[in-house]
Amino acid sequence: MTTASQSLAISGAARATQLAMAALLGVFIVGFLGFSPMEVVHNAGHDYRHSMAFPCH
Amino acid sequence: MTLFRNVVFVAALAGLLAGLVLAALQSFATVPLIIEAEAFENAGGPLHDHGDAPSGAADGSLHEHGEDAWAPSDGFERFAFSGVVNVVTGIGFALLLVVASEMAGGMAGWRQGLMWGLAGFGVFTLAPGLGLPPELPAMPAADLLDRQTWWLATVIATATGLALIAFKGGLTWSLAGLALIAAPHLFGAPQPPTGDSLIPAGLHRQFMIAATLTSLIFWTVLGAVAGAARRRFVGAASGLSGSLA
Repeated sequence: MTTASQSLAISGAARATQLAMAALLGVFIVGFLGFSPMEVVHNAGHDYRHSMAFPCH
Repeated sequence: MTLFRNVVFVAALAGLLAGLVLAALQSFATVPLIIEAEAFENAGGPLHDHGDAPSGAADGSLHEHGEDAWAPSDGFERFAFSGVVNVVTGIGFALLLVVASEMAGGMAGWRQGLMWGLAGFGVFTLAPGLGLPPELPAMPAADLLDRQTWWLATVIATATGLALIAFKGGLTWSLAGLALIAAPHLFGAPQPPTGDSLIPAGLHRQFMIAATLTSLIFWTVLGAVAGAARRRFVGAASGLSGSLA
């Protein structure tokens, strides 16, 4: 597939930036749902947080 | 933005599938135990008083949060919200896993993805779970912020330690990696105040096993699907030539 060769062709800095953006998105999602002190978020994800052993109340 | 788009696409697919699998497993492996624990919680009255809360505090409840906030009603709504949270968080974990693997050259297929998934299990479940085992509602626990800080530090130390061992090579780096992995446990996780738990030990043991095993399945599915998707849709052309730099 051509997409892979395109992604390899980009410069190291652009590559690092794009990976960093993807990582930040992941950190934001996991942090928000796993650690948010907002009660509504906590309650919606209550069973998930317990099941995945996030520190929770 | 091709790389970003590809990473998000692979992570979304893996997170969706693994999240759905996990939600299904939780609905009969862990959630019934949580509901059982909540029965103890509601019947048992206050176990530790949160400093004689003057008024308005959740009386008779061990939850530190108020009881008036919205929560999904039991049954289908609760299951549905859990499912959504499972999928969304699955995508978040998948993003982290795929980015980490791209820094090391990318997953060449489902089997390499599986290995990455096992690493994710070690980093996000096994290591923090050694000090802070999966907990049921109504169990005594240390200060929340302390536990979250220890959890996060352990995750970072374990991931860094594994990376040093796997990609730096050499005895010195491997020993440094091992030391990093061990450090949070030598320091020690914040422990709950001693005291009786409302939750029977057998129920808690059952929950720890169920939570750990369902998480293991989640991570292996997540890694394997990400590896397979990357190979199929993005191509394995990059090989493993990249370094962890």
